[in-house]
Amino acid sequence: MVGAYLLIMMLAPAVACGASFVIRSPRFGEQINLLASIVVFVTALPLTIWSGGGPYRFLNDYVVLDLPGAWVILCTAVVYGLASIYAVGYMRLLGEDHRLWAFYALFSGFALTILLSAIMNNAGLYWIAIELTTLVSTFLVGFERAPESIEAAWKYIILVSAGISLALLGTVLFYWSGSFVLGPTYPMTWDALRNAAPKMNAALVVLSYLLVLVGYGTKVGLAPMHSWLPDAHSESPAPISAMLSGALLNGAMLGIVRFLSIADAAQDGVLARTALVAFGVVSLLVGALFIVRQDGVKRLMAYSSVEHMGVLALGFGFGGPLGIAGALYHMLNHSLNKSLMFFGAGNVMRSFGSKQIADIRGVWARQPVHGALWLAGAAAITGAPPFGLFLSEIVILRAGFERGFGWAVYAMLVLLIVIFIGFLNHFRDMYFGGSADGGALASGTEHVALSRWCIAPMWLALVPVLVFGVWWPTDMWNHFMAVAHALTSAAP
Amino acid sequence: MLAAHLDPLASSVFSLMAIASLLLAFVMLGSRWLNNYLYAFAAESWVIAALSASVGFYGHYPELYLIAILTVLFRGLLLPYLVWRIIRRLNVAREIHEILQPSSALVVGALGVVFSLAVAYRIGQSLGLAGTVAVLALTVMLSMKLIGFLMLAVRHEALSQILGLLVLENGIFLGAQILVPGMPLLIEIVILFDLLIVVACFGMLVQYLLAHVGSTSTLSLKRLVG
Repeated sequence: MVGAYLLIMMLAPAVACGASFVIRSPRFGEQINLLASIVVFVTALPLTIWSGGGPYRFLNDYVVLDLPGAWVILCTAVVYGLASIYAVGYMRLLGEDHRLWAFYALFSGFALTILLSAIMNNAGLYWIAIELTTLVSTFLVGFERAPESIEAAWKYIILVSAGISLALLGTVLFYWSGSFVLGPTYPMTWDALRNAAPKMNAALVVLSYLLVLVGYGTKVGLAPMHSWLPDAHSESPAPISAMLSGALLNGAMLGIVRFLSIADAAQDGVLARTALVAFGVVSLLVGALFIVRQDGVKRLMAYSSVEHMGVLALGFGFGGPLGIAGALYHMLNHSLNKSLMFFGAGNVMRSFGSKQIADIRGVWARQPVHGALWLAGAAAITGAPPFGLFLSEIVILRAGFERGFGWAVYAMLVLLIVIFIGFLNHFRDMYFGGSADGGALASGTEHVALSRWCIAPMWLALVPVLVFGVWWPTDMWNHFMAVAHALTSAAP
Repeated sequence: MLAAHLDPLASSVFSLMAIASLLLAFVMLGSRWLNNYLYAFAAESWVIAALSASVGFYGHYPELYLIAILTVLFRGLLLPYLVWRIIRRLNVAREIHEILQPSSALVVGALGVVFSLAVAYRIGQSLGLAGTVAVLALTVMLSMKLIGFLMLAVRHEALSQILGLLVLENGIFLGAQILVPGMPLLIEIVILFDLLIVVACFGMLVQYLLAHVGSTSTLSLKRLVG
């Protein structure tokens, strides 16, 4: 049953990708991609619930459905679904119908590679899946073919490839340290590595873990390896920005979490955790500084992603059931909320014809419903109650105190407040600020009507974020406890 | 662990090849001409293939012969050919903008090797492998990594950056042959194929750079800041 669902979930985007390549029609591409995303979502939901029944292994142990992987799959499925709906409306506005088939083929291919990375049970294959996500998404980042997009794509592929080559080195060294325990040839599954970890050489494990952390940290966008992220996120089409931010970053974070649990099993893990927490604090700091003085509306969202990946790093770095539960909840909430923010930014960019915050004025007056949705999302993403991110951030804060990372918690609190003020200040300008050049700007831009495709996914994203803010389902909490248990205890 | 009990001949053959490929990395670092990079890269790949074969011979890993053949085919012939085609199409013969003179880059690279040796020595000691070929392999692995990053940092021609990335990967491949010759075959083969796709993607991107940005020097990529 699990195997069949997993197969269907993988086949759906693969078929959509192939069919778009063959048929090459823009309308067909958007339909089949939307259909594939619905299939992925419908299968991901039960898979996440079933994943508690123990890791299911397939294909000679190369594929696994386990608790942490299934959660990333769920987050990916949510963002893929929302982004596919949004893409229908948004991509039509671009007026590039003749190339849209390629966009949808790459889009479903991109979703497929992220889903693949979550079910790889082998550290080497996981690395390959992450490398594939980079290759596929590079062409999506550069899809608009403006000089800025090509620049962003180039920086993205060079920086991320160089970064994750460090992760490959770390993976090879992990394999080497395992070979002292398990013999020269063994399957490099996560479980094998973790079970062998207590007998591995501590110095070698630290070296390998740090290499892996910096390597996949580049892909996650942890500062100071984040420099590709604002460029790639701001220059790609809005649905892709949402996928990069809400799905891809989680997929790479999963690798860090898995290697952290190996490094944890090898020794007391203080150094491994402290390194992750330090990256988290630096990411929050860099995010805060660049959010306060930001000119581009999508770059604002991108730096907010750096910030939230920092929060995730803090949650997983603090560890313990509380930290892991908070981080997983934050992952889902961030995926929903950041999709909403990028959709709103894309809509605003299209209707005001500019990426600059300074050119966007009077959003409320022009688009009341859409403006209200986007503003609610902005309040949510900065961690204001009553939205989900408030709850998850509070849980992570508590976890930090409990696990003796007080310094990091205070830094996080101060930086979150700075981000709250800085982020919402930009929204105040965009909604209520008087424009410097008076009425001149409104006349320069023609009014673009936003279709329902562009608004509906924003509702679909906002409602769950609000619900998760007032009601944390008990079953979900139990599920997180099971994930935390799976990450901290040795597998049979 | 293969490296711990090797007969002296095998050990010196491995050391010779590891050092030869490190020297070739320095040739790349010290050269201005793109063609020289490419030849050095191809030669390095051949050395690594020879290393795979000899590890396979001395360590009794028959599957490494297959890896050696694939390495020669992909990294020794196909990749250099692809990059050569890009060079010919772009008409750039040499690196024009350098942050560091090649001579200074060599000195910085040498410092990187010293640092790698220090790390490898410490790891080797804690594993009880001091004085074996494993320490040398780890040194070469880490220093080729650092040299690759140095090339990425001080060179601006798009092609030099692609070659810098390939040096990064060569270092890992070389070290992996000596340290973990038993690494599953499937993974090594997939990584080889993967590299091919990477270079194909780079080829397309370089075309876009030329068409839409008008230059293949990454110095002209400075629109996106802040």
